[in-house]
Amino acid sequence: MTAGTGPARLGGTAGAVPSPDARSAPAAPSAERAPRGGPVSTTNACRMCMPLGACLAFAGVEGTVPILHGGQGCATYIRRYLISHFNEPLDIGSSSFDESATVFGGEADLAHGIHNLVSAYGPRAVGVATTCLAETIGEDVPQILSRIRRDDASLPPIVGVSTPSYAGTHADGYQAAVAALVEALAGDGPGDGVTLLPGIVSPADLRHLHELSGAYGLPATVVPDYSDSLDGPIAAEHPRLRPGGTPLRDLARCGGNLAAVTLGGLAAPGVPNAGEALAGRFGIAHHRLPLPIGIRLTDDLVHVLEQVCGHGPAPWVEAERGRLVDAYVDGHKYVSGRRAVVYGDEDLVVGTAAFLSEIGVRPAVCASGGRSGGLRAALLAAAPELADLPDLQVVEDADFERIDALTREASPDLLLGHSKGYPTARALGIPLVRVGLPVHDRLGGQRLTHLGYRGAQRLFDQIVNTLIERAQDASPVGYAYM
Amino acid sequence: MAEVLAARRGQVARVGPAPTDLVCDRRSTAGSVSQRACTFCGSRVVLYPIADALHLVHGPVGCAVYTWDIRGAVSSGPQLHRLSFSTDLRERHVVFGGEQQLEQCLLELIEKHSPSAAFVYATCIVGVIGDDVEAVCRSVADRTGVPVIPVSSEGFKGTKRDGYTAACRALEQLVGTAPTGGIAPASVNLLGDFNLAGEIWIIRDYLERMGVQVVANLTGDGRIADIRRAHGAGLNLVQCSGSTLALARVLQRKYGTPFRRVSYFGFEDMAEALYGVAEHFDDATMRERARELVIQEIQDALPVVQDLRADLEGKRAAIYVGGAFKAISLVKALRTLGMRTVLVGSQTGNAEDYRHLAVLCDPGTVVVDDSNPRELAAFLVEQDVDLFIGGVKERPIAYKLGVAFCDHNHERKIPLEGFVGMVNFAREIHASVTSPVWQFAPRRARARTRPAVPIELGTRADPAAGTDGDTDGVLPAGRPPAADARRLDPPPADPARGSVPLPGRQP
Repeated sequence: MTAGTGPARLGGTAGAVPSPDARSAPAAPSAERAPRGGPVSTTNACRMCMPLGACLAFAGVEGTVPILHGGQGCATYIRRYLISHFNEPLDIGSSSFDESATVFGGEADLAHGIHNLVSAYGPRAVGVATTCLAETIGEDVPQILSRIRRDDASLPPIVGVSTPSYAGTHADGYQAAVAALVEALAGDGPGDGVTLLPGIVSPADLRHLHELSGAYGLPATVVPDYSDSLDGPIAAEHPRLRPGGTPLRDLARCGGNLAAVTLGGLAAPGVPNAGEALAGRFGIAHHRLPLPIGIRLTDDLVHVLEQVCGHGPAPWVEAERGRLVDAYVDGHKYVSGRRAVVYGDEDLVVGTAAFLSEIGVRPAVCASGGRSGGLRAALLAAAPELADLPDLQVVEDADFERIDALTREASPDLLLGHSKGYPTARALGIPLVRVGLPVHDRLGGQRLTHLGYRGAQRLFDQIVNTLIERAQDASPVGYAYM
Repeated sequence: MAEVLAARRGQVARVGPAPTDLVCDRRSTAGSVSQRACTFCGSRVVLYPIADALHLVHGPVGCAVYTWDIRGAVSSGPQLHRLSFSTDLRERHVVFGGEQQLEQCLLELIEKHSPSAAFVYATCIVGVIGDDVEAVCRSVADRTGVPVIPVSSEGFKGTKRDGYTAACRALEQLVGTAPTGGIAPASVNLLGDFNLAGEIWIIRDYLERMGVQVVANLTGDGRIADIRRAHGAGLNLVQCSGSTLALARVLQRKYGTPFRRVSYFGFEDMAEALYGVAEHFDDATMRERARELVIQEIQDALPVVQDLRADLEGKRAAIYVGGAFKAISLVKALRTLGMRTVLVGSQTGNAEDYRHLAVLCDPGTVVVDDSNPRELAAFLVEQDVDLFIGGVKERPIAYKLGVAFCDHNHERKIPLEGFVGMVNFAREIHASVTSPVWQFAPRRARARTRPAVPIELGTRADPAAGTDGDTDGVLPAGRPPAADARRLDPPPADPARGSVPLPGRQP
């Protein structure tokens, strides 16, 4: 590995990797909030609700069917929302609360729902996430689940997680569910691989993570892994359970893996982290890295993988990196000095902004509906040069009314984010490069690769070509060469 | 017996000689993965298209997020309905109550957007945390002079149908609050049309060509000022009867306005709707104009449809939509294309609509209420379906199995109502059914060599019906049943829920 970059920028390393180098996080000042006197209401939220993230995580474990404890609508809305992105069947049960459950408690309905789900799907595990309603009426879900298990020992493992919409975002629900899965299903065992714990990424990204760690001879336990379950091939039959998912067998022994690596993982204070749980329980090394987007952040992951496997660079990974640098050089003039607005999940905003910065695009606004309190610190840790941008706006807990206003002020050349920024892009005539989730207005959101040198290559080409296309279309000549 | 849960057996039937009586309008079975949403959803979809109103969702952020610009309900003017407003309740509101938050949000948003009215949707936890939404709405309305209407749409309060009723109650508060001067006797309100892809404009054009004035759209491309004087119209035309029939009944009771149930899908029902209006006003000129309009429109549309029909003749279709009344029109429209409906169902149909559907469909057709992905997938395979008509949640079920698809739900971008809509419908279906991509779908390749396996819907033979060669009450699938084919067994009593009575099907 030739890059002179250090490992593990986000601090919190619990294992073998030395603590962060000079580019490490400064003591976390909390990110800017909406200014005092700003709106009380939320217009066009830039986040989804906690149970959505939990369902996504559960859908990434072998044979696991999610069920929401609450009204029927939560499950259906979340299914519809995720189906629009993944173009894939996604079944989520519901305890289907009615008025009497709201008054007297929904235990019987949850038990009924779990039994129906088990008889219909024959799942290997059931993931139960709560909703605002169940939490507000004070359901003691862990107690209820243990009674359901006690009453019927034939049930598969049931993993519960508390995810009321008012307490956090979809990213928080996702992290909480991953931690709950690890808490419930991980065990010790002989292992010779790594456990990778990515924030919310695409199925294509998950596949690429397997390839990357495989290049270093490290079998990866990726938790969760919805690369097949939410991006599966066409089938002759409708299987009872979606294919793929993190194998339960691998989960059961991931405590014995050589290391655990959290990729991203920014979440609201108090949300447990799966990697820390693994490190705490099994004493394995735990590395916290940003999502590996762009050369520098991918270098960090590659560096950790090399350390864990104990041998040198993998030829095809090096080749991809080399081609990427070559492409950066070929295209740098088209992006140099351009300005971008980046919004979406905090993990993705950090990685994307660091990538943009390294290709010469200046992030003008980094906004998220998340509220970890650590977005600015994470950005500066991933790309320290961002500290030199006095105009950079870093905003947590943002809605699209705020993002739209900031974009108008910044007047950038480019927007990077999910589909929900399209109204702003359209109104201002600024191109939107779609990343993250949801991608509701284009085909193939599930196949977008963001991670690794390969993801950066795709992003770089797309960004350069988006800018070239605009210049070409606006040109009176319509030139035929770049 | 994995395909149909025991608790749901009364909600699934196969058309036979006996009347098809489905158990319906009941809460979704827990764990069944219903395609339905909730009470909030019912209210939200009905009121959403009112374009100059502020739609504020009172609750944690999720409910507002998932309904942001969700319908393709087009407006000819204001676009306020396409924004997603939420009070975005946090933990502190759950502890201390959300009334103050609601009040501040309303005042702030009314000042910013100057809406003609505001709807406040109560979500699940609002009642639980003790917010008096009505009182806040009253106080803000007094302070701002803008009507602020609470919608009692807590998700757990019932099914999606109950949400329709809550929306109708909200609309009822507006109707009758403005003068009706300038409204002709030959005038109508359009209820239950949501102007998806501009459909209501097609219908308004037809009616205007007949000399009928349209007073208010309820709710597609709707405006508050029109709705407030809707009681001045001579007739209410009610489409999508599940969602706005309750309002039509109230308006009849309060203002004596008669109503007609109509559908604008397919040649037959579209023509019938227009003739019905002329009939109602008993006007010879109007009748003649309707006749000319229908002749002219069908003359333009029919050649295209017939041309497309050549490729569609004999194909087998499945329908799963929101309401069963629409499904009835779709069965007829498919027949115009030479296609046979072999699976039909809806999220919120009523018993009468299902009986009507069963009479309309061929023996052997499967009828389902409040179905789920597993049932739908199983019947798609069993019935060897070529085309599925549904919405976003049904689409991947169809595509995964190599079945063509037509989106007939909120997100459609092409108008499917009216005579021109029938042409679009035919083109949509043709484009999907005749695509060469299906040659690569494994199920299609396999179906050519292996017959479908029938799905068992009952657990024991119907003692009334003789059992020669049909010992388990299973009907042959994938083709019309034999003459002695019968309706399936009543569901076994579900101890958790008590037994469900099934009229007319006792041995």
